[in-house]
Amino acid sequence: MSSVKIELRQDQIDKIHTICDSFGNQSGELINVLHKCQETFGYLPAEVQEVIAEKMEMSAAKVYGVVTFYSFFTMIPKGKHPISICTGTACYVRGAETVLNEFKKQLEIEVGETDVNGVFSLSCLRCVGACGLAPVVQVGDKTYGRVAPDDVKAIIKDYID
Amino acid sequence: MSKYSMHLLVCGGTGCKSQESDIIAEKLKNELLKQGLEETVQVIMTGCFGFCEKGPILKVMPDNTFYTQVKPEDAEEIVEEHVIKGRRVERLLYTDPETEAHVEDSKHMGFYKKQLRIALRNCGVIDPEIIDEYIARDGYSALGEVLANQTPEETIELMKASGLRGRGGAGFPAGLKWDFARKNEADQKYVVCNADEGDPGAFMDRSILEGDPHSVLEAMAIVGRCIGADMGYIYIRAEYPLAIARLKTAIGQARKYGLLGKDILGSDFNFDVDLKYGAGAFVCGEETALIHSMEGERGEPSLKPPFPAESGYMGKPTNVNNVETLANVPVIILKGAEWFSSIGTDTSKGTKVFALAGKINNVGLIEVPMGTTLREVIFEIGGGIKDGKKFKAVQTGGPSGGCLTEKHLDMPISYENLVANGSMMGSGGMIVLDEDDCMVSIAKFYLEFTVEESCGKCAPCRIGNKRLLELLERICEGKGEESDLVRLRNLGEVIKDTSLCGLGQSSPNPVLSTMDNFYDEYLAHVVDKKCPSGVCTDLLEYFIVEENCIGCTACARACPVGCISGERKEPHLINPDTCIKCGACMEKCKFDAVILK
Repeated sequence: MSSVKIELRQDQIDKIHTICDSFGNQSGELINVLHKCQETFGYLPAEVQEVIAEKMEMSAAKVYGVVTFYSFFTMIPKGKHPISICTGTACYVRGAETVLNEFKKQLEIEVGETDVNGVFSLSCLRCVGACGLAPVVQVGDKTYGRVAPDDVKAIIKDYID
Repeated sequence: MSKYSMHLLVCGGTGCKSQESDIIAEKLKNELLKQGLEETVQVIMTGCFGFCEKGPILKVMPDNTFYTQVKPEDAEEIVEEHVIKGRRVERLLYTDPETEAHVEDSKHMGFYKKQLRIALRNCGVIDPEIIDEYIARDGYSALGEVLANQTPEETIELMKASGLRGRGGAGFPAGLKWDFARKNEADQKYVVCNADEGDPGAFMDRSILEGDPHSVLEAMAIVGRCIGADMGYIYIRAEYPLAIARLKTAIGQARKYGLLGKDILGSDFNFDVDLKYGAGAFVCGEETALIHSMEGERGEPSLKPPFPAESGYMGKPTNVNNVETLANVPVIILKGAEWFSSIGTDTSKGTKVFALAGKINNVGLIEVPMGTTLREVIFEIGGGIKDGKKFKAVQTGGPSGGCLTEKHLDMPISYENLVANGSMMGSGGMIVLDEDDCMVSIAKFYLEFTVEESCGKCAPCRIGNKRLLELLERICEGKGEESDLVRLRNLGEVIKDTSLCGLGQSSPNPVLSTMDNFYDEYLAHVVDKKCPSGVCTDLLEYFIVEENCIGCTACARACPVGCISGERKEPHLINPDTCIKCGACMEKCKFDAVILK
C-alpha cells in the first residue's frame, strides 16, 4: 500500500498520545485508538502508526497489520468529498458497476484513489442497507438513490464550486 | 402518552432517512404547532417499517393509514387533510399493483399479509430513543420474569424447548450454546452480541438495532444471567453510525432505569453492556475472528475447539449470539417455549427476517414464519419481478449461499431445506435475479467479494478462491475451455473441504450452485463463447438492426478497422471477424441501429 510521507508536528504527536492514554494504552483497545486517530487525521499514515506503536509499546508491524486488515482504515487521505459507491449485491444487480465505471471515467481515478486536487476520492462500500434505493451512491453524508450512469455528471457538479 | 389522540409514525430507518424522512418529521411538527395541535397529535420517529421500496413511509395511528413515498412538501397537506379534516390523502396511499386501487391501511397490503413480526415486533411501532415506549410494550418484563421466577437452568431449558436457532448463519440451537457457556466454570464470563453484519444485501440486524435497541440489551442481560456473566459487548460495524448512536442512547437509559448495572431490579444480578467497534472485515462475523478483533488483533479466525464457550474473549468463556437471535429471546420468555415452537417447521422454529432485494417490486425487510415457501415470499410479499420480467433465480445466504431456481419455489424455507438444495439460510439476504442476469457473472461477483474479504490465514481460502476467481474471469472474457468447468468444480470442492473457517468452507457455494442449476449457461460461455443474458461484454458482438439503419454511413466512417460495409442509403453490415468491439459505431449512430448482442 502506498503512503504519503508527512512530518508530524509536536501538537499532532501530543494528540495521538492523548488518544492512546484515553484508552489506557491497552493493546486490546488498538482498534478503538485507530478509529479515533482516523477521525482526527482523516487517515492513518505510517508516521501516525509509528507514534501509536511506540506509545502503546507494540511493534509498528503489528499496528500496520491491523490497519491493513480492516477496510475501514485507510493510509491514503480521502478527498474533500469522498464518494462511495455501494457494491452490495442488491446494488450490483441493479447496475452499480456501470455507475462506478462512469465515476472512474469522469474523475479519472481508480477505486481507492483521490484526485490530484484532493477534492474527490472514490471507494466502494458493501451495503448501506438502503437496498430499496439501489444503486446507491454516497458523497460525504449525502445519499443518492436509484443512480444511473447518466446522473453521474450532475452529482459531481453538485460539489464543484 | 395517553394525552395524544393521534400519532404520526415516520420511518427513521437508514433507507427512509436518506430520503429526508427526518425533514418530513420536522415539517409535520411545525405544521402541528402552527395549527395548535402539538398537544393532541404526536410525531414519532420509529425504526424501519420494512417497506423500503416505497419509502419514506408515514403511518397514522390509530387508523393504520399507510402513506408511501412521502415528501417534505406533503407535510402541510397531511396535517390539513388527514389530521384536521379526517380525510386520507389518496395520492399518497399505496396502490395495489394488481387492482390498481388505493389500499388504506397496512393490514390489507400484500406486503404485510403473510408476515409475522416477532424479531421486528417493535420496529416501526415505537420510538427507539425512548425507553418508556419499549417498556410499554412489555419491554424488560422478560428480564424481570427471569430474575424473579426462574433459575438460570430453567431459563436455558425453556430456550432449548423453544427450538430457537442462531439467526446469523449456521443455525446452532441457542439454548444449547448457553448451556455450554454456563457449564464452563470461570471467574469471569462474557456475553457478546454479534452485530457485524457484513453480508452485502442484508440489513436486518441494523434495522433491529436502529428500531428496537432495548430488545437486544434485555436479551443480553438474560443471557448474562443464564451463563453467569456480568459483562456484555456488542461488536458493531463502524459503518452503522445511526445504530451506534441509538445503542448508546439505549444503554444510557437502561443504566439510568437500573436495568443495566448493579443489583438489577432489586436482585443480586449485575450486568452491563459496552460497544466494541468493527472496522470493515466480513470474516469478523465468524465468532472466533470476531473475538480476536475485539481484542484489538487482526480478525483472523482460529481453529475450533476450543469453542468460545470454553475460551473466548480474553480467554474466558464467552457466548456469542447474533442480533436477530437475541431479539427473539424476550418474547419467548414471556409467551413460552410452546408458543414459539408452534410456529415454523419440525426443525426450524419461529420466524426469520429476510432482506428482500434485487429485481423485485417490493424491496424491503420482511419477517415470515419458517416453512413459508419462496414463492410466497417472492411473488406475494415481494410483489413479483420488476418490470414484468421473468424470474430466474433467488440467491440466499449471501456470499456463502447459493442460487435457487424455479423448481425450488414451492420449497418451504428451513435451515435443512436450503442446505439440501445447495444454499443456506445465512443471515437472511435474499437477492432476486431476473432473465437479464448472467449467472456466471453473479458467481464471479461473489467470488470477488470473498477474495477481497479472505483473511489470508489458510491457503485453501487465500489461494484457492483467487484461482477460482481467475477461472471465472477467463470464462467471462470468452477465454474459457470446457475443461475449466471440471477444474471449477474440483477446486470448489477442495476449498470447501479444507478451509479453516466458515468463510472458506462456504465460499465456493455461489459457483457450485450456479453450476448445478445453470450448467447450460456455463457451457454457452465456454463452448459457444456467448453470454445468453447479454451481460459479459467481452462475449457480445455489435450488430446493425436492418430496420433502423438508413444507410447514412456514419458508422462505417467512424470504424477504425473498416469492418462495416454497405452502400449509401442501404442497411450496413458489421463483419464480426474483424470487429475490435471499440463501440465507435454505436456512439456515432443517431438511429439506435447499432446494438450489442
